[in-house]
Amino acid sequence: MELQMVKLALRSAAIAVTAAAVSISLAACGSSGPASSVGNADSASMWGLTGGNQPVLQKSIDAWNKAHPDEAVKLDFFANDAYKTKVRTAVGAGQGPTFIYGWGGGVLKSYVDAGQVADLSDFVSSNPDVKNRYLPSVLKNGVIDGKTYALPNNNVQPVVLYYNKEVFDKIGAQAPKTWDELMALVPKFKAAGIAPFSLGGQSKWPDLMWLEYLVERIGGPDVFANIAANKPGAWSDPAVKEALSKIQDLVDAGGFANGFSSIAADSNADQALLYTGKAAMILQGGWIYQSMKKDAADFVKNGKLGYVTFPTVSGGKGDPANVVGNPSNFWSISSKATDSQKKAALDYVKSGMFTDADTQALIDSGAVPVTTGIESKLAASPDKDFLSYVYGMAKNAPSFTLSWDQALSPAQGDAMLANLDQIFLKKISPDQFVSTMNATIGK
Amino acid sequence: MSTSTGSSRRVLEKGPSGWLAAPALVFFLLFAIIPLFGVLFLSFTKWDGLGEIKLDGLSSWTTVLTDPVTGNALWVTAKIMFFSFIVQAPISLLLGVFTSASQKYRAALAVLYFVPLLLSSAAVAIAYKALLDPNFGLGPGLGLPFLAQDWLGNSDLVLFVVVFVIAWQFVPFHTLIYQGGVRQIPASLYEAAQIDGAGRVQQFFAITLPQLKYTIITSSTLMVVGSLAYFDLVFVLTGGGPGYSTRLLPLHMYLTGFKANDMGAASALGVILVVIGLALALLLQRLGGKNRNASQLEGA
Repeated sequence: MELQMVKLALRSAAIAVTAAAVSISLAACGSSGPASSVGNADSASMWGLTGGNQPVLQKSIDAWNKAHPDEAVKLDFFANDAYKTKVRTAVGAGQGPTFIYGWGGGVLKSYVDAGQVADLSDFVSSNPDVKNRYLPSVLKNGVIDGKTYALPNNNVQPVVLYYNKEVFDKIGAQAPKTWDELMALVPKFKAAGIAPFSLGGQSKWPDLMWLEYLVERIGGPDVFANIAANKPGAWSDPAVKEALSKIQDLVDAGGFANGFSSIAADSNADQALLYTGKAAMILQGGWIYQSMKKDAADFVKNGKLGYVTFPTVSGGKGDPANVVGNPSNFWSISSKATDSQKKAALDYVKSGMFTDADTQALIDSGAVPVTTGIESKLAASPDKDFLSYVYGMAKNAPSFTLSWDQALSPAQGDAMLANLDQIFLKKISPDQFVSTMNATIGK
Repeated sequence: MSTSTGSSRRVLEKGPSGWLAAPALVFFLLFAIIPLFGVLFLSFTKWDGLGEIKLDGLSSWTTVLTDPVTGNALWVTAKIMFFSFIVQAPISLLLGVFTSASQKYRAALAVLYFVPLLLSSAAVAIAYKALLDPNFGLGPGLGLPFLAQDWLGNSDLVLFVVVFVIAWQFVPFHTLIYQGGVRQIPASLYEAAQIDGAGRVQQFFAITLPQLKYTIITSSTLMVVGSLAYFDLVFVLTGGGPGYSTRLLPLHMYLTGFKANDMGAASALGVILVVIGLALALLLQRLGGKNRNASQLEGA
């Protein structure tokens, strides 16, 4: 009877044990997703992201596979947040794809440190055409300690302040140029029953765009450069504290849409608030233009979508032309891939990527490719206003800071997003944020 | 329970052959016990999921045990466990009793009640997330201001919303357990009670409840230990937010391991989860009393 009792207890506890075993079992099931119809077991594999660039990448790979059946690439797509978790687990378990999609920065460095991505320096120096097709300022984001580990693969994605021209006309307002103007708009929109700002707070990373731009405008790019360089106490810079206080001022003033902390950016609910006129403005990445072009075609086509750079802050040191966001996404090649997979991958990078058709498809989707010599193509696009604006913004920026959650190590990035969420919810003070984040320096 | 032949009597005395448990035990060993030791080992290491696994002594444990988020996660887990039990146990007991009777309409309702159990947790969470959206959800859609609360964004409200959605999904399962339990109670007990003049309420408290003692223990064990495993639904519904308001221990473990890439600390959290789960399961079995295997059925 005693034995039976223990057995029963064990069986009940199995539920809990299963939860604990998740780290092991997930690592075990890290093989690739739905089976693709092309290629064989030794074909190169590629994981891309769903969203605006999905059809562009699909088209590019389809064209490549048709022309090079012997070097076919298997392509699968994953949603952004799910991808970030899955790829790391899969690579750690030796089941990762040949092409590793990334953002550069601290996350790329952790792959380099673990010896999981191939050094592409020789490939780049022996193929000047590859090197020369990129904007140099973007290309350097794939370089770590003087060696190239990642090559840009899509479009430049600065963070932009979008606004709904229709609701601005309704209350007779202009897009804000300074932080004071921005704060002054808040009560006006609220009085008209419109949320001043939409924000995908549940996804946490849209919160970060506010901190990134405010710190940039107040203290300039050096503040974050010190943080990224793991200098002790780097978060104590007064610009960080001032930026956090300004965020909390805006929260107090009711600047963000009702229920912003339960709005998810992955489902595009934050953009929907903007184009349905429920919110007047949104601070988001350049990529949401692509999805709004699809989801709210009339809104974009009829010129109701406005966009400006982030306002200046009086007394701030940052150059108003400085930009934060993602310079591009990148392909790294797995160092664990077989020789034939690597060869196929590099051949695709050399002659399958950024073909004229690819570049045109990117532009047609509402994105600015990270390649040189595209001015005339941009000017011929129906989205030329936005595209030229983004291109100029990226090209003329004295400094283009990579999104902080990607620039830092994963442990630091996660702690930062969790604590910033607490700032937006007013659960912690700027001082608490600074001291918690200083403790993560070097981790 | 009498038998005529000697061999089957021996079987009954010793219980069925232990070999019958072998297939289950092999799976249990492979997928529960061995990973458990793996997790215990990992909790003494430092590993970001990519590079080498380095032995790191007790530092993961120090991190986990001094981190206020761990305490908060335990507290949130305890609250969800408590409220889930308080909400689910009475509802499923009453529904179980209601659906156990033989009328046709009750059988039809029982089928309807069973529907949520057929849906995957992720689907339930996505559906509720859409319904509860403060700007595009059910409330604003139908123009009902009462329903247009910030259900998932308000730190004080969100826990109860999570408890509600969990109950919506799991009450049918426990109803089914109770329905089966009630149907096992001999009708003669109720007939005798009726002759003695007992009313419906009196019958419920004097016969149904005591007869369901072990059903209640089983269902409660599943509810309480199961609430240590609520993960998918909460992960999709709130992601643990806003802030740390719904960051349950299993969710905290997942986010530590796969978002912050600190497998050492995540494993330490996993071990804590196992210990709590085992302790609770043992405690609930104890509550059943020593004589728990004796049948209560009349004449058995």
